[in-house]
Amino acid sequence: MTRRFNMMEMVGSAMVLSLFAVAILAPHLAPFDPTRAVASTFGDPGAPSSAFILGTDELGRDVLSRIIWGARISLTVGVAAMAITMSIGVTIGLASGFFSGVTDFVLMRFTDVMLTLPALLLAMAFVAVLHPSLLNVLLVIGLVSWTQIARVVRAETLSMVQRDFVMAARALGGSPPRLIARHVLPNVMPIIVVMAVLGTSSTLLLDAGLSFLSLGVPPPTPSWGRMIEEALIYFRTAPWLIAFPGLAIFYAVLGFNLLGYGYLRARAGRAAG
Amino acid sequence: MPGYVIRRIIFGAAVLLGTSIITFTIAFVIPADPAVAMAGAKADPQTLATIRHQLGLDQPIYVQYGRYVGRALHGDLGRSYIRRESVTRLILSRFPATAILALCAMVLSLALGLAMGMVAAAWRDRAVDSGLLIVSLVLVSIPVFWLGTMLLIAGGLYLRSFPLGGFSGSTSLVLPTATLGLGAAGYYSRILHANLVEALEQDYVRTARGKGLSFGRALTRHAMANAMLPLVTLAGLDLAGLLSGVVLTETVFNWPGIGRLAYEAVFNLDIPLIMGTVLFSAFLVVAANLVVDLLYAWLDPRIRLEQMQ
Repeated sequence: MTRRFNMMEMVGSAMVLSLFAVAILAPHLAPFDPTRAVASTFGDPGAPSSAFILGTDELGRDVLSRIIWGARISLTVGVAAMAITMSIGVTIGLASGFFSGVTDFVLMRFTDVMLTLPALLLAMAFVAVLHPSLLNVLLVIGLVSWTQIARVVRAETLSMVQRDFVMAARALGGSPPRLIARHVLPNVMPIIVVMAVLGTSSTLLLDAGLSFLSLGVPPPTPSWGRMIEEALIYFRTAPWLIAFPGLAIFYAVLGFNLLGYGYLRARAGRAAG
Repeated sequence: MPGYVIRRIIFGAAVLLGTSIITFTIAFVIPADPAVAMAGAKADPQTLATIRHQLGLDQPIYVQYGRYVGRALHGDLGRSYIRRESVTRLILSRFPATAILALCAMVLSLALGLAMGMVAAAWRDRAVDSGLLIVSLVLVSIPVFWLGTMLLIAGGLYLRSFPLGGFSGSTSLVLPTATLGLGAAGYYSRILHANLVEALEQDYVRTARGKGLSFGRALTRHAMANAMLPLVTLAGLDLAGLLSGVVLTETVFNWPGIGRLAYEAVFNLDIPLIMGTVLFSAFLVVAANLVVDLLYAWLDPRIRLEQMQ
């Protein structure tokens, strides 16, 4: 299968790389300390100006610096939650597809039940019960988002198990863990990678949504969703406090989406939309 | 066919039972004491014990679960601790506002999504196609609560054409509908596009074209008929999801719907109300699933035969 790169994939990867660069280089890129009052307008949000390009918030903190530092926490949550989601989804999908029979039945019925429950509402209830800490938010996002991944991985695994090379390895006496690790998983990997990239965009959105409902990672960590939530009461006087962090979330989500769909489109040629 | 119907109904009931177990487990691990929530922090132990006894909280968990399911089967989801009202009645009273928003958003997203998907598939691999793909990705990438807030600021604050939230007549529907519908439109257009591209390569489309049918007719009549089917499933399930309340949009627009009710319930740790809204949502999704499955089997003999085996 030859891959040709396309524009979407290139733009997407450039956007994702720029995000990671900003997150890593935050101390060097941010013009101000994100947690200190640097503007003299303390108590009132300051409009964008030449000194503070994206304005300042009600505590006189520089919005641009907060967004730059926010990339760290938002990306960490997005990627780590995606990793948790993937490990649950891939494990269940592989087990279900490989062992079939009772294992498959039980796991898939459990998946059906989880799919039926409203994800955001479930996440809200969990976070409210467990109290919002970084780890809890990650776990909860993982717990409510793995179902689709499990289904896709199961379908791929089912088709792999019937291929000749897996049958041959099985006939040679390969144990299930070895068969899965050496033969099934490597062949399911491409779809897992795509789902991980696309999954990051949904975990970013889910985290932002939870933050907006003040159920995200607690302050003073400047996550983008939290910045919007804190700025809501100033929506009449200082809409830029809402606009810019939202654009940052949008940029990150779009980057991962472009990368994922661009990859699919390049691989499948015209077939993938 | 009757066997298939019965199997689907049993399956749906089993899924609902599973959701009720998970919901009940969550409610049980919530550290808040319902008796304290009802009587207040200063209540004496005697009062608390009486309330616990009245609520059946001194019973073993399986007895409590059994009672809950038994009542739920009769449409009684218990009483809200905070609002002191029947949960079923609370949910039903919020249903109209949620339903009208859900229907409007569904119409908008389907109309826009179908148009975008069809145009993109008709001009496949052209600039229009790529352009629409990017538009649809942009639409699905916008955080819904942010879009809602920005629309509210632009339409309600600067243009002053729309109310700043709340449910009051048709103008108040415009912004929440756009907020909810735009993202879904991007999603539907991508799925329809993928289905259409696949359908256009099938033999029946080639035959139709070979008989002299124009491309437009082959697309709208023959390819669309098949490409639409999976979309019907998705739209059915999405509608069920929307009808059970949309927390973020309803919160942004202060919309008096079920999503907002659920949000308040979570904040107050109002256990019966949390369980009620979650179960109501699960019920709608299971019902929609059932209807879609049966419609499918009725419309498409291939599925019917496959399921019978």
